[in-house]
Amino acid sequence: MLKKIEAIIREDKLGDVKDALNEIGIKGLNVVEIRGRGRQGGITLAGRSGTYQVDMLPKIQINIVLSEHNLDETIKAILAAGRTGDAGDGLIFVYPVEEAVRIRTGERGHEAVMYPGDIDEKKGLGKAKER
Amino acid sequence: MANLNTGDTAWLLVCCALVLLMTPGLAFFYGGMVRKKNILSTLTLSYTFMALIGVQWLLYGYSLAFGPDIGGLIGSLKYVGFLNVGPAPNPNYGGTIPHGLFAAFQMMFAVITPALITGAFVERVRFKSFLLFGILWSTLVYDPLAHWVWGAGGWLASLGALDFAGGTVVHIAAGFSALAFALVIGPRRGYGRAPMEPNNIPYTVLGAGLLWVGWFGFNAGSALAANGVAVSALLATNTSGAAAGLVWMLLSWLDGRPSTLGLVTGMIVGLAAVTPASGFVTPLAALVIGAVAAPISYYAIRFRVRKGLDESLDVFACHGMASTWGMIATGLFATKAINPAGAYGLFYGNPKQLVVQILAAVVTMVFSFAVTYVVARALNASIGLRANQVEEEVGLDISGHGERAYS
Repeated sequence: MLKKIEAIIREDKLGDVKDALNEIGIKGLNVVEIRGRGRQGGITLAGRSGTYQVDMLPKIQINIVLSEHNLDETIKAILAAGRTGDAGDGLIFVYPVEEAVRIRTGERGHEAVMYPGDIDEKKGLGKAKER
Repeated sequence: MANLNTGDTAWLLVCCALVLLMTPGLAFFYGGMVRKKNILSTLTLSYTFMALIGVQWLLYGYSLAFGPDIGGLIGSLKYVGFLNVGPAPNPNYGGTIPHGLFAAFQMMFAVITPALITGAFVERVRFKSFLLFGILWSTLVYDPLAHWVWGAGGWLASLGALDFAGGTVVHIAAGFSALAFALVIGPRRGYGRAPMEPNNIPYTVLGAGLLWVGWFGFNAGSALAANGVAVSALLATNTSGAAAGLVWMLLSWLDGRPSTLGLVTGMIVGLAAVTPASGFVTPLAALVIGAVAAPISYYAIRFRVRKGLDESLDVFACHGMASTWGMIATGLFATKAINPAGAYGLFYGNPKQLVVQILAAVVTMVFSFAVTYVVARALNASIGLRANQVEEEVGLDISGHGERAYS
């Protein structure tokens, strides 16, 4: 069963989270620069005369598709690396994924998201085919 | 050409370049403060005047402003097409430089003044209407006003009003015209509900720097000679810009943080305030002028925002209010010790000068506001001042010019 993690994190935590994921063997991911708001509410910016509020803040969304058995470990890595303890640390969403297809080879499902040196290989759960 | 002075001529040639540079500086000063879908439009509004007035001034603008006087109100058509404007000095206008150089120097003022007004209507004006407004405003407001204040025989000049480099003609006129135009065109869609963040504060900071450099040509050049008055004007200019920048920084710090945008806004306000006074006051007086100008404009912006008026880039608060104070301050601090061709102000025992200064300021306010209001209303009723809703939402860069600043 494949899952998709959509993690909304602080802009300045992208490096730490990416490193932590790399550490456990999650290399494949993509990121989107987004704007949004949550309980944090916004920030105050200085204008020409006095201040004003901005409520849509820049955040980073990380997208990862992986096998269900690697989910908890990956979430733990994101939590450890992305957390500051202040409001605005973000959220993690998990979705079921219907199907994954690697365009180059036509592989489907679990095979499509495996690659040499990935999290399964690190855990000794099998080796991605060398191609 | 017995009176021609090469030192004066060389200095004024340099000043032409310095003052010309202020319009690109202003374009970027404004361009940084709008949303990114309107930066090209905003730059274009200012740059347009380099082209438009570059032609208008040659054809008839200079003649209306500085042609031989008709009844104290307007210049004759003697200098149309720069006819009779040659290499020989004109004793009325800097008797030691070529008349053509004076005309060119004044052209740069005629270019930047209407560009100042554009801050009132950025992000929503229809370009065609703006072009018509620009030519009408220059012809109906700037040219007569320049004649009244600076033209030989102009009625405000004859009353003894002192305006060294354009407190009335440039800054009060632009500020009150901006106010009138903003009232007619109305606020940007969504104004007051969504924050309209500046797209590029570094552009604004760079623009302010170019403006300060250019202002040396603007004010010190208005001595029309390379002499002690020019040096005094330069010192006063620098001092007022510095003092207002410092005070503004402190005001914004008290409200939260020492804002970058605030610092450079304060500098421009100080420079605008000292403009009418620059060739008549001591550097210490300029220090007071700048320091007082900052809170006046700072709280004028606050007042404008509270009233819900979208005079978008605060031309009224920063130029109109600052230079109104500058005109009053000229009536307080002016001294013949700095400029024998000037006058003594109230603090030197001449209260009459203060009255004349206030009169000149009020005349400029009423005249520029009224004519702008009528012209803007007429254009609005006929061809419409505003871009339509879709054009405004897409942004004027794409809808007005078919281009975008960033791909």
